[in-house]
Amino acid sequence: MVSTTTATAPPADPLATAREIVGTSSLDEKSLRRFLHGLPGVDQVGAEQRAATLGTRSIKRESKAWALELAVRMVDLTTLEGSDTPGKVAALCAKASRPDPFDATCPPVAAVCVYNDLVGIAVRQLAGTGVKVAAVATAFPSGRASMRVKLADTADAVDAGADEIDMVIDRGAFLSGRYLQVLEEVAAVREQCVRPGGEPAHLKVILETGELATYDNVRRASWLAMLGGADFVKTSTGKISPAATLPVTMVMLEAVRDWRAATGAMVGVKPAGGIRTAKDAVKHLVVVNETAGEDWLDPDWFRFGASTLLNDLLLQRQRMASGRYSGPHYVTLD
Amino acid sequence: MSPTAARRSASRRSGTDERVAVRKTYKLYVGGAFPRSESGRSYVVTDARGRFLANAAMGSRKDARDAVVAARAAAPGWVAATAYNRGQVLYRVAELMEGRRAQFVDEVAAGEGLRRPQAGRVVDAAIDRWVWYAGWTDKVAQVAGSANPVAGPYFNLSVPEPTGVVALLAPQRSSLLGLVCVLAPVLAAGNVAVVLTSTERPLPAVTLAEVLATSDVPGGVVNVLTGDTAEVAPWLASHMDVNAIDLAGAAHLDWADLERAAAENLKRVLRPAPTADGGEPTWDAVPDGPARILAFCETKTVWHPKGL
Amino acid sequence: MPTFAYAPAPESRAVVDLRSSYGLFVDGEFSPAADGASFKTASPATEEVLAEVAEAGPADVDRAVAAARRAYDRIWSRMSGAQRGKYLFRIARIMAERSRELAVTETLDNGKPIRESRDVDIPTAAAFFFSYAGWADKLEHAGLGPDPRPLGVAGQVIPWNFPLLMLSWKIAPALACGNTVVLKPAETTPLTALLFAEICQQADLPPGVVNILTGGGATGQALVEHAGVDKVAFTGSTAVGKAIARSVAGSRKKVTLELGGKAANVVFDDAPIDQAVEGIVNGIFFNQGHVCCAGSRLLVQENVADDVVERLERRLGTLRLGDPLDKNTDVGAINSAEQLSRITELVQAGEAEGATRWSAACDLPEKGYWFPPTVFTGVSASHRIAREEIFGPVLSVLTFRTPAEAVAKANNTPYGLSAGVWSEKGSRILWMADRLRAGVVWANTFNRFDPTSPFGGYGESGYGREGGRHGLAAYLTTTQGDAV
Repeated sequence: MVSTTTATAPPADPLATAREIVGTSSLDEKSLRRFLHGLPGVDQVGAEQRAATLGTRSIKRESKAWALELAVRMVDLTTLEGSDTPGKVAALCAKASRPDPFDATCPPVAAVCVYNDLVGIAVRQLAGTGVKVAAVATAFPSGRASMRVKLADTADAVDAGADEIDMVIDRGAFLSGRYLQVLEEVAAVREQCVRPGGEPAHLKVILETGELATYDNVRRASWLAMLGGADFVKTSTGKISPAATLPVTMVMLEAVRDWRAATGAMVGVKPAGGIRTAKDAVKHLVVVNETAGEDWLDPDWFRFGASTLLNDLLLQRQRMASGRYSGPHYVTLD
Repeated sequence: MSPTAARRSASRRSGTDERVAVRKTYKLYVGGAFPRSESGRSYVVTDARGRFLANAAMGSRKDARDAVVAARAAAPGWVAATAYNRGQVLYRVAELMEGRRAQFVDEVAAGEGLRRPQAGRVVDAAIDRWVWYAGWTDKVAQVAGSANPVAGPYFNLSVPEPTGVVALLAPQRSSLLGLVCVLAPVLAAGNVAVVLTSTERPLPAVTLAEVLATSDVPGGVVNVLTGDTAEVAPWLASHMDVNAIDLAGAAHLDWADLERAAAENLKRVLRPAPTADGGEPTWDAVPDGPARILAFCETKTVWHPKGL
Repeated sequence: MPTFAYAPAPESRAVVDLRSSYGLFVDGEFSPAADGASFKTASPATEEVLAEVAEAGPADVDRAVAAARRAYDRIWSRMSGAQRGKYLFRIARIMAERSRELAVTETLDNGKPIRESRDVDIPTAAAFFFSYAGWADKLEHAGLGPDPRPLGVAGQVIPWNFPLLMLSWKIAPALACGNTVVLKPAETTPLTALLFAEICQQADLPPGVVNILTGGGATGQALVEHAGVDKVAFTGSTAVGKAIARSVAGSRKKVTLELGGKAANVVFDDAPIDQAVEGIVNGIFFNQGHVCCAGSRLLVQENVADDVVERLERRLGTLRLGDPLDKNTDVGAINSAEQLSRITELVQAGEAEGATRWSAACDLPEKGYWFPPTVFTGVSASHRIAREEIFGPVLSVLTFRTPAEAVAKANNTPYGLSAGVWSEKGSRILWMADRLRAGVVWANTFNRFDPTSPFGGYGESGYGREGGRHGLAAYLTTTQGDAV
């Protein structure tokens, strides 16, 4: 019953699963609200305590080497600045495919994540490396645009060859209770990810948890994104603080765990923003392992959206390999 | 008519058509009713000089058992009453006692061998003690409770709650004031009571029971047994559905045995107050604080996280 | 694929420098028992003998009580509260300074995971001293009555489940109120109490204010029955608590008892389910279930029972049982062979009575005393495992349909120490909290302790409170009569 394929073509009726899970023949505002508000609540204090306790786990030396390597492979190396240039993206792509110039055994990262006007250059730079290209779309980061613009934005990225689309939900619609609108936007973007004659682009749905205020909302938004057909749920744009935190990631992992229990399908999780150290990354992996289980310990199902994290992971890899503490001049600037 | 007055009128035999007084039958008070002892026994109660006053019911262990059942049944309602309401109910007892003041004065004077002005002061103090405790009902949780500043994101509150069914061995000497001093605080907290009255001076307690029956104290909240404390107390002390026992009236008994029996279900035990002569205190003074209320309270502490 | 294995990340034992033998701590000095008796204390995780400690007999109890009386009469009851308080602050600070050593010693002697001794036992113990230190010169403001005065010499007997923490719950309020103490730690866990004696020496606490007598049940009995003791404080089993209540009958000794429990942990269908599962796990598997307030009866609403049990079993699959000194260990060793056999016996009874047993698949170490986290479903209220305190990592699951039924079942026990409620509905939480007959009600959390929060039971769970302002009442008398 466990699906381990990474991408399935969208079914003829993309919202069939959603209707089944929600238990309604026609999805409307009322039935969605009833479903989302019927999900178990999250007690903030208890959730944060649990995450903090997991953060005190220490892992074995061999496992730590493996975990660092895994974390590197899970990185979506990201640049999302107004000042991004083709040159900057090209440099980032070079680093993504060979993160540690001193160590050929270092695996490439999972993906490079850029704005959609830079997708083309990234695709060219990364051809044949196995590193995916992810594009942020749907009027990232605010999501404040018409549906027409959001879909066009997505189409641009897909047409330019993006493997993955990181969309934002309309937090305003979510917070004002217009759940159907959020669901329909996700579903529409998902349809836009379809590439005639090719694999559809993977859809990562950014909840922007820092704007959702409560863990209850994080859980509801996660379910809403999954109902809409998300392949991944992602915490943040990186433009809002707080971004990814350990308890937020944990709550989202609980959601994908429960989604699999309900549907048999796996959905990935991507914390993004705020994870800067190898130690933080390993704590996240512990939470993945204990909350969703080891099936999720794979770049297909868990990613880190990060920029500076990669260098710290590399420093720690070097330290483990050499037994010496390394320094910032032994890794490359982005 | 009080027993003293009844005796007086009965002894006036000058006129043959003088009215014969209607005497009162002194019975038990259990579950809001006035039964005789299930044992059918009674005993002679005399005044301080040994003259006959009445035949009182001789409560038995089975009467005690029934009283505990009645008390337990009444507990949920009484504990659920608001503190404000309990205060009003207790104050009402004082009002009704005031109305029967003369009767209480007669009974206390006869039973305790006091002159009427002395007995009057005792009855006044007893009435005032009800008023004092009536005022405590909605204060005690504020005084004895607390909001606890724990080191973490938790709301944490401690409140006193009634222990449950309390067996009261009422003072032997101070048959009314002493009784009120041990009974009122138990009720103020929301406990229910099974009272063993003073063995030799039980009559004011029965009259108090009549006051309670006509007051707003629900039936079963107070149960009054007259009889031999030494005979019945061990049954209450060892009763597994009694939560606490006040040994105020056991100073003359081997109360260590009662305390030992009470250990079987870990009853809360209030020992007889130590006095210089080993006897009972006078109960005259207004208490220094709510210690007697809190003696039969449990502290409950509730935690809840504070979060979004 | 490599596995994501947690390290054995053992805490170093190097911070602990145990002596091979320890004497009794009386009048500020260590000395052997009068009759030279001693016993060995061992690690329940490895059965390794850690040290030999003196076994106090009646003569030693006499000597310790006399020392405590002298210290009370001559020094401690006459010292100003402000000065007494400073000694307690000193002790709190030294405990914090030596926290790593205390934590490792506690884990060695008791078998509990180092994570718990490091993060709960030792910091909370130090916090009790720090908190009560501040009370020492403020007793008249505690609202316990006019002119609060100490009782005299306190005889204190503590259990093995939280050795140093229980010591602090006993000694800190006693000293703050101006009493002196003779304390007997549990037979199987004497070591941190002996380190505490060294801390008293380092703090220059006047000799005789704190006396530590190691020994078994007979030592404890001699202490609580000693005529020179004014106050008895006991934490332990209900059976021993009743014996103590009987033994002090007819005396003027004041007593507080913190005894057993069979707490209900009530989970409603609107509970925050993931936190409830954590709370259930923490409620019964914290400290191997060696917790008097453990949430040993799970009462779950029938319509979510299957889901909760499934989540619970999945969660138990991630519990790590093993070397208590390993920082990743969740479940440590059972404290003694005797306790292990009691747990085993009750679990067998549960199976024999027809409940369904599920135990987490753990590899149990060959040496030492171990029991895997175990859940019984299909438990009836009449089963022994639903009524008797197991004091081990064994959970009984029962169901209910309505809030009133939950209350009735939760309260259907002679105990009344603690209870848990899980629901997202505030008014229901408060409704339940009102009706649960328990000294501590944890709502949407479980097993939290704090020096400012009173702890203690209803019914056969004992009487008196420890912690907070209420905890002072156990060690004071006032002109309104005994503070309660």
